[in-house]
Amino acid sequence: MSSAWSKFASPSTFYPLAGRMIPVFWVLAAGSLLVGLYWGFFETPDQLGGSNAQKGYYRIIFLHVGAAWMSMWLYAVMVGWAAIGLVFNTRLSYMMANAIAPTGAIFTFLALWSGAFWGRPSWGTYWDWDPRLTSELILFFLYIGYIALHSAIDDARRADRAAALLAIVGLVMVPVIFWSINCPDPNQCAALHQRSGLGKVDGDILFAMLMTTLGFWMYAFATTLMRVRTIILTREAQTTWAAETIQAEVRS
Amino acid sequence: MLKVFWSVLHRDLLLAMRRRTDVLTTLFFFLIVVSLFPLGVGTETAVLRTLGPGVVWVAALLASMLALERLFAADFEDGTLEQLLLTDQPLVLLVLAKITAHWLLTGLPLVLMAPLVGMQYHLTDPAIGIMMAALLLGTPVLSLIGAIGAALTLGLRGGGILLSLLILPLYIPVLVYGAGAVELAAVELTATRPYLMLLAAFLLSSLILAPLASAAALRISIE
Amino acid sequence: MLQVAQLECRRGDRLLFSGLDFEVGPGTLLHVRGRNGSGKTTLLRTLCGLYTADHGEVHWRGESIRALGEDYRRDLLYFGHLNGIKGDLTGVENLRLAATLDGDKADTRTVWAALARIGLAGFEDIPTRMLSQGQKKRTALARLILSRAPLWILDEPFTALDTDAVDLLQQLIADQVANGGLVVLTTHQEVPLTSGQACHLDLGR
Repeated sequence: MSSAWSKFASPSTFYPLAGRMIPVFWVLAAGSLLVGLYWGFFETPDQLGGSNAQKGYYRIIFLHVGAAWMSMWLYAVMVGWAAIGLVFNTRLSYMMANAIAPTGAIFTFLALWSGAFWGRPSWGTYWDWDPRLTSELILFFLYIGYIALHSAIDDARRADRAAALLAIVGLVMVPVIFWSINCPDPNQCAALHQRSGLGKVDGDILFAMLMTTLGFWMYAFATTLMRVRTIILTREAQTTWAAETIQAEVRS
Repeated sequence: MLKVFWSVLHRDLLLAMRRRTDVLTTLFFFLIVVSLFPLGVGTETAVLRTLGPGVVWVAALLASMLALERLFAADFEDGTLEQLLLTDQPLVLLVLAKITAHWLLTGLPLVLMAPLVGMQYHLTDPAIGIMMAALLLGTPVLSLIGAIGAALTLGLRGGGILLSLLILPLYIPVLVYGAGAVELAAVELTATRPYLMLLAAFLLSSLILAPLASAAALRISIE
Repeated sequence: MLQVAQLECRRGDRLLFSGLDFEVGPGTLLHVRGRNGSGKTTLLRTLCGLYTADHGEVHWRGESIRALGEDYRRDLLYFGHLNGIKGDLTGVENLRLAATLDGDKADTRTVWAALARIGLAGFEDIPTRMLSQGQKKRTALARLILSRAPLWILDEPFTALDTDAVDLLQQLIADQVANGGLVVLTTHQEVPLTSGQACHLDLGR
């Protein structure tokens, strides 16, 4: 790796940098969430586009879809960091993967929760074994498994590497698992497969959805960086720079 | 290379023969779980026929899981695992030998017990046949994927519970197609072919990938 | 032959040692010394490749042991804190299996002879869990008699052994060194050598 990268990969350089970035991400998160939610609640039609007869309560979509997207992306990002950690043996990458997991799990939970509340008026039930719901539930289990394995191992190095390997195995299995849930009968997969595209969605709805998703991204950055900073301080507690940082922060 | 594979396989089988109760416990666990369900959900033939395939597969998952905890743990405790990691043979091969032994001791007996369980649930003969085929293809996948979890949770407190948390979600594809095939066999026998093909595909791909992942996990865990 | 450069190992938050450099050639006994917790076992495990150092590398015959992989492990015999024998198997079965895995000769006569030499005549056919601590350790140490590996890494091999066994083990180590082998060990015992050289490495200063 080039020297610039390895410089930023060092926890002592990254710690203050992350500290400066966190407020920026919080502002961006609040801003885009406000715009997205305002647009979603006041500037969108009362009916979901096309022949879909849902009324105002579909507006939970602005939280639900964003959260569901985030839950899947964050898993991929987490595995990406974990893989980088395993290949280049950089401690900061493991810390990133480790910090992303709770945020990802929260988004998964939020997607399930908001889905249940949307399902109640539109399907008449909180829970249905719909492929997407089931996939989301399994994804939640995968996050929980990662977090549980990491916290069950005392030695930080082993915990990082074991959890990273588990995350990669999970990512390899995810398409197979989702496929098997989507299509339990291989004789008639094509008929069961739900299709949806963003092209058909009303412009205002799409804008609001994308804005809240952007807000979620910024929120994810902010919380991840905050968690990484905590992890860095805990792990590097014995170094002089960490001790000085802690002292300075206690004083201020 | 094959000699080492055989000697590890032979060793594990020999050890199991000297500790027969460990093996039998797993099999009786399977039998008991399967026998309890009719007592819980009622003994009507129609209900049992619908539930049978799913129950048998879930019980097979749990039985396989129960034995997985000991897959590497016993070797870890007495130091033989360390020695396995230090041989001049590829670790993947040794891991595969241990997984094979695990399957011969927990998976294969389940396949052979399938007719008995099938009769308990009033499954038709073709359905029992398909169930045996599906178990024959599916149980090795359970052992293969489970080995990764067993290696990752090696030596941890509460490893058994953690193992099920990590591994059970990964068993879903096998469960879906394994149980699906048996369900369909009662309706239309020829339509079960794609199910078995998918299970065979899972078996082949996990045969290649899972020992690699388990070996990597063992190297991480033994440190 | 065995070379270590700028080796650094941590356990959790604790730094065990750093900047460790040494090189030992054939026909040498390297005695690793240090207080409890000074990282002796971690060093030996790092030399085996069981533990990955946080910094630095181990080289064998000029190549990194990571790159050598199985070729390095063929030249290596490690004896750790755990005996590495199965309680449910007999001494003969244990030793034969260990020899097969090490790539050594494992025919019946060799194995029985090795067990007889280590002082287990009459106990060959008993499951090793029935044996005493010292006898278990002897069973495990019988691997050294069969071994043809040039590098032995032994972690506290003398504990739980009686004086006869200690003498025999000292003899085995001396023979290995005299035959141009390399032995790295931790022990509180002195090991007299017939030929070759002994050196010390002190950890935890």
